[in-house]
Amino acid sequence: MLSIKNLYVAIDGKPILDGLSLDVPAGEVHAVMGPNGAGKSTLSYALAGRPGYETAAGSVTLDGEDLLALEANERAARGVFLSFQYPTEIPGVPALTFIRTAMNAQRRARGEAEISAPEFLRLARAKAATLKIDFDMLKRALNVGFSGGEKKRMEILQMAMISPRFAILDETDSGLDIDALRIVADGVNAMRSADRAMLVITHYQRLLDHIRPDRVHVLAAGRIVASGGPELAHALEREGYDKYAKAAA
Amino acid sequence: MSLARAIETGDLAQLPSRRDEDWRWTDLRGLLRVLPPPSPPHVGWAAPGPFAGLAGREVKIVNGRGPGGITVPAGERHTVALRFIAAPDAGAHAARLAIEIEDGAELVLLESYEGVGEGYVAQVDLRIRLGAGARLERIVMTRDSPDSVSVSKTEATLGPAAALAQTVLAAGARRQRTETRVSHPGAGGASVRLDGLYVLDGKRHADITTVVTHDGVDGATDQLTKGVARDQARGVFQGRIVVSPGADRTDARMGHHALLLSDRAEVDAKPELEIYADDVVCAHGNTVGALDEEGLFYAKQRGIPDAEARAMLTEAFLGEVVDRIGHEGAREVARTWVAKQLGAAS
Ligand SMILES: Nc1ncnc2c1ncn2[C@@H]1O[C@H](COP(=O)(O)OP(=O)(O)O)[C@@H](O)[C@H]1O
Ligand SMILES: [Mg+2]
Repeated sequence: MLSIKNLYVAIDGKPILDGLSLDVPAGEVHAVMGPNGAGKSTLSYALAGRPGYETAAGSVTLDGEDLLALEANERAARGVFLSFQYPTEIPGVPALTFIRTAMNAQRRARGEAEISAPEFLRLARAKAATLKIDFDMLKRALNVGFSGGEKKRMEILQMAMISPRFAILDETDSGLDIDALRIVADGVNAMRSADRAMLVITHYQRLLDHIRPDRVHVLAAGRIVASGGPELAHALEREGYDKYAKAAA
Repeated sequence: MSLARAIETGDLAQLPSRRDEDWRWTDLRGLLRVLPPPSPPHVGWAAPGPFAGLAGREVKIVNGRGPGGITVPAGERHTVALRFIAAPDAGAHAARLAIEIEDGAELVLLESYEGVGEGYVAQVDLRIRLGAGARLERIVMTRDSPDSVSVSKTEATLGPAAALAQTVLAAGARRQRTETRVSHPGAGGASVRLDGLYVLDGKRHADITTVVTHDGVDGATDQLTKGVARDQARGVFQGRIVVSPGADRTDARMGHHALLLSDRAEVDAKPELEIYADDVVCAHGNTVGALDEEGLFYAKQRGIPDAEARAMLTEAFLGEVVDRIGHEGAREVARTWVAKQLGAAS
């Protein structure tokens, strides 16, 4: 599904991703863990196509298609979704309006028919209920005045509605209490399927108790320095990132 | 010294110029070397205005000629479409109108400036008096021709407990100015909302100028103006709130926020608070900038193409002012106006 080869990303001339390679096959959930400043968010932005995070070298393909040549919205229409570490406030645009605009833009880009208003509302009500989001909240401007946890739930709601093929979750667990964490994890687990893959970026092993990843990778100093099964997350929790940070330096 | 006087006397020296502090960004003397000939009378104007169907009564001033006043008798409630039309043969004209809203009366004034002709030069002077407890909601929509010079000047005086709510929708002209001066008595809960929107493209220029003078205690004023300028357009906002000696416990808020959507567009803003009283709550905010890049990327990440994302965020930015319009029909006309202005300009 997603294949990253030897990716270099520099911000303001400073190398942040330094030859990163990673494969996430369809049907799998991979976790990326690493210390603060390792480049985890940079990786998620580079995959999503954020301006300023252009790649200096390397390749990223989704089912063989070159992602790096595409604009952010084109990548989204191909199935790339990013749950932001810090979701942006969109003043004046009700969440429902925003999500419907996004879904229809993607559908148009793929040559599909737009979602009808009743079908959209039915879907929104159903997904909001599973994520324990008050439906009235979706009438408010997206993320404006929402708590940290509400914003993260809103990210998962958007993911559930957009139903992407490849989802990146950038520290979706940070700032969540244990109940919210479980709801978010259930939302992610419900998305697992044979034709979808996910990259779960996290700082803590806590989330990975609820979302059992197929593989765990350690990102330090802009590279994947270790990979393993779910047990690697526990080892990191015990031992910290120090030895990887040193090894990478 | 005013454009109206210059039109009436033919004396260009009467034009306001950049040496007049209040007119430094809308210099008419430097602009007009000659005045067009006086506008002829024009009868039988029939085309519908932007608020067609919303008002119980229509008052038309064509080429500066029409009724001299509107009165809303005490206790009555009226909705009036007031249309200032520059017909195809318009040259230079000035009009005066007095609006009397008697005690306890209510008026929804749907005012439009409709420029059909080209190159006209026009001024309208309005005098509005609100009696005790009277209410006025005024929505001003400008549709001036791009090569016209159009000035609208209003002096409003509020009685005790009167309420004035105003929204100006400015599309600009070669030079356009909408000026509102309010004498605010404070006492008895009089309140003022003065809002504005401008959406400008090409070489259009819109100037929204307001002066609110609080003369009594406990008055409230709430102002929000938002604008968008692209191409080589220029937006001007001058807002002054004066809290006179003794006008204690005044609560006055003024915001002006603009988006510059091109390198050659310009916005000039001068928010001023002059406070001579005690225990006053006054706040003002003024921002001029580009569209939020983070919001733009967020929308694009969700699949919304660049142009559509920009239009959505810009419309949402301006929507805050539209949402404050009380009259539902006028609010929807304003919403459509914003969408159309943005569409035309993109
Ligand atoms: N927009 C930016 N401008 C400047 N430096 C940045 C920017 N984004 C990230 N960085 C730098 O890149 C490095 C990696 O940051 P980030 O990817 O956010 O790390 P992580 O998500 O792993 O905590 C840090 O040193 C950070 O300061
Ligand atoms: Mg991060």
